[in-house]
Amino acid sequence: MNPALQGLMTIIIGVGGCVAYFYFSNQFLDKVLLPAKGANAGRNINRANLIRPWLFLFPAIVALGLYLAYPVVATLWYSVTDRNQGGAFVGFANYQRMMAEPKFWEALRNNMLWLIIVPAASTAFGLLAAQLTDRIKWGAFAKSLIFMPMAISFVGASVIFKLIYDTRPVDQNQIGALNALWLQFDGGIGSFLILRLLPGALMIFAAALALFMAYTNAQAIRDKGFSANAALRAVLIAILGYVVYATLGLAYGAFTNVHPYGEPQTWMTIPGWNSFLLMVVLIWIQTGFAMVILSAALRGIPEETIEAAIVDGANPFQVFFKIKMPQIAGTIVVVWTTITLVVLKVFDIVFAMTNGQWETQVLANYMFDKLFRASDWGVGSASAMVIMLLVSPILVWNVYNARKEMR
Amino acid sequence: MDGIAGRTSALNWIVQISVVALVALWVFPTLGLLVSSFRTADQISGSGWWGAMTASEQNLTLRTANPGDDGVQMLVDGVYIVQGQLFDKGSEAAIGVWGTSSLAISEFAPGDTAELSDGETLTVQADGVYIWTSPTQMTGRGQRVFVTATTPPEFTLQNYERVLFSGDSTDGMSQAFFNTLTVTIPATIIPIVIAAFAAYALAWMDFPGRALLIAAVVGLLVVPLQLALIPLLRLHLEIGIGKGYLGTWLAHTGFGLPLAIYLLRNYMVGLPRDIIENAKVDGATDFQIFTKIILPLSFPALASFAIFQFLWTWNDLLVAKVFLIDATGETTVMTNQIVELLGTRGGNWEILATAAFVSIAVPLAVFFAMQRYLVRGLLAGSVK
Repeated sequence: MNPALQGLMTIIIGVGGCVAYFYFSNQFLDKVLLPAKGANAGRNINRANLIRPWLFLFPAIVALGLYLAYPVVATLWYSVTDRNQGGAFVGFANYQRMMAEPKFWEALRNNMLWLIIVPAASTAFGLLAAQLTDRIKWGAFAKSLIFMPMAISFVGASVIFKLIYDTRPVDQNQIGALNALWLQFDGGIGSFLILRLLPGALMIFAAALALFMAYTNAQAIRDKGFSANAALRAVLIAILGYVVYATLGLAYGAFTNVHPYGEPQTWMTIPGWNSFLLMVVLIWIQTGFAMVILSAALRGIPEETIEAAIVDGANPFQVFFKIKMPQIAGTIVVVWTTITLVVLKVFDIVFAMTNGQWETQVLANYMFDKLFRASDWGVGSASAMVIMLLVSPILVWNVYNARKEMR
Repeated sequence: MDGIAGRTSALNWIVQISVVALVALWVFPTLGLLVSSFRTADQISGSGWWGAMTASEQNLTLRTANPGDDGVQMLVDGVYIVQGQLFDKGSEAAIGVWGTSSLAISEFAPGDTAELSDGETLTVQADGVYIWTSPTQMTGRGQRVFVTATTPPEFTLQNYERVLFSGDSTDGMSQAFFNTLTVTIPATIIPIVIAAFAAYALAWMDFPGRALLIAAVVGLLVVPLQLALIPLLRLHLEIGIGKGYLGTWLAHTGFGLPLAIYLLRNYMVGLPRDIIENAKVDGATDFQIFTKIILPLSFPALASFAIFQFLWTWNDLLVAKVFLIDATGETTVMTNQIVELLGTRGGNWEILATAAFVSIAVPLAVFFAMQRYLVRGLLAGSVK
């Protein structure tokens, strides 16, 4: 049968079936099972109203249970059994095999980098874009253009950026924008300013920022004493410490690295740079999302607080960092966690651009590789559980907030 | 509020310029793909796409007509003449310099006459018209001419023709386009129907366990679908669905449901209580309230989710790869087709760019047409 026709039939059967289910099950409940008339009318109505919610919920519960809840349990089970031994329980053997693979550690390390850089950069660019576009007349138009990549598939974006990173032999015209730009640098004063001073200064600035955040968190622990919150802050300080160390290392590298000027680079095969260039794709996509949410939050700030600050003599930067930022901190956390979730599941970009070669592997692609190319369900499921483990703090936090809100 | 005297206009200029730069940076990549999809393979490999709008200078090796062919050579006043046009018909290229040897490709200006061996001469005009003369009869192949020509910007639709209408199974996207559509439409509509009922129950019906269910939905929102791949594929194979559209629709429905329920419930809870209670007093059943009052009022939320789910299913690669595409490859979707093209035609940018643009054109159209609902949905889904 023609798939289009089959699709149409499925829509009719699926949607019609759903509607028919809801309609007839309600009719059955009201007319046949517990009719609202006769001697027991009152009791029947009450009973029908007890059952009805479950009629409404039934398809959703079945779908959620079968397609999301059951797989979590099943994957957990696969990760501790061996398919080749007929599904015998093997304890942590799969996890041990996974830990022994350097590719897994590479994926985990890259994922950590993605987890820090992509949400940070997307949120920062989004905040910048939101703040800037809110002040100008054609801001809505500018916003929709920055927001546009959101509609583009990861695969489409990969093709777009592959064209940018394209490399041609040295004697041909470069058709990749990045190489064309790169060949403009010749080691002169311009190259020093843009390739050494600018990134070096940015990295030092980032290190200073992280150090400052770590310092304020440390002060908060000292002031408020130890609690669950303090433990979280301690973890944060440890992460920030690593960030300071890493950014200072990068700053040192920015000033000392020897650049091969005048040679077109095959960007996708340079370890370190290639992962970063893949992250650029996701940052490009996610910035629009961050911008839209943060822009709404910025507009929600009460005018009086800003006016009061201006009357007191605050300059625009003080207004932004001391008045606006604290008021949208909650939204920034939401944006950050949402992008974090996207990052953890990122698969298409790596799959389409490098397929994990040249040290660009990430967990989701590693897992796909294990499941469908190596047919190793044990290790594949184990790595899926690692992703689940990384997601679970956000899961707990979301559920906690949702429950708090409902009370 | 920014009326700090004296600084406003300077600051305003900085802001304007920054936004222009930011927007340019964000549009540049997509624009590159769009422009490239309208250029020929030679143009793409000859120069960067940013040069497509301006005339480009190319070094070409062309050849005159073969004097050995019938009717090419003419005898006029005792001199054998071959004349014609170096460029293809319709070309608007203009020759800057030319030469007859690969060692001296810029020896002559347009209109000059080159002395070749054996008393032959060749004159080439700027528009490519040439006259080649010889005192004796010429044989063999045409004379090679090395030209440096400036070609005006030129765009072509032939890439789209090839990708959309050629029916070629490796380059063609038409089959994949319809497959994608077949996946997308049911996978968008079915979860909306299921989620709408569930959201109504969670928003407006009182029953034990409601809070727990809502918490479960919030929790399932973040469960990575990677976990579901193997168990569900196995389940599908066991119950006989196998790899195919049905399994893909079900999978997309399952994965889309938490967000659908969450968005719709949040919206429905905000609807005025009076309307619903009045309807109840008037004797309406829950089913009637739902279909006649709640559904029409929830249109904005339904639209938001529909856009999300449409974009997500249209752009999806992973679910299609696992649940849909079998060994025959007949049910391939566009994202998968592009990944395959990246492997087989990594250097053929005219095909890749066109194929990619075909696949992102539909979501972009939906995006620009329904941006309002998308933004609203994002805000409802995140700022809570």
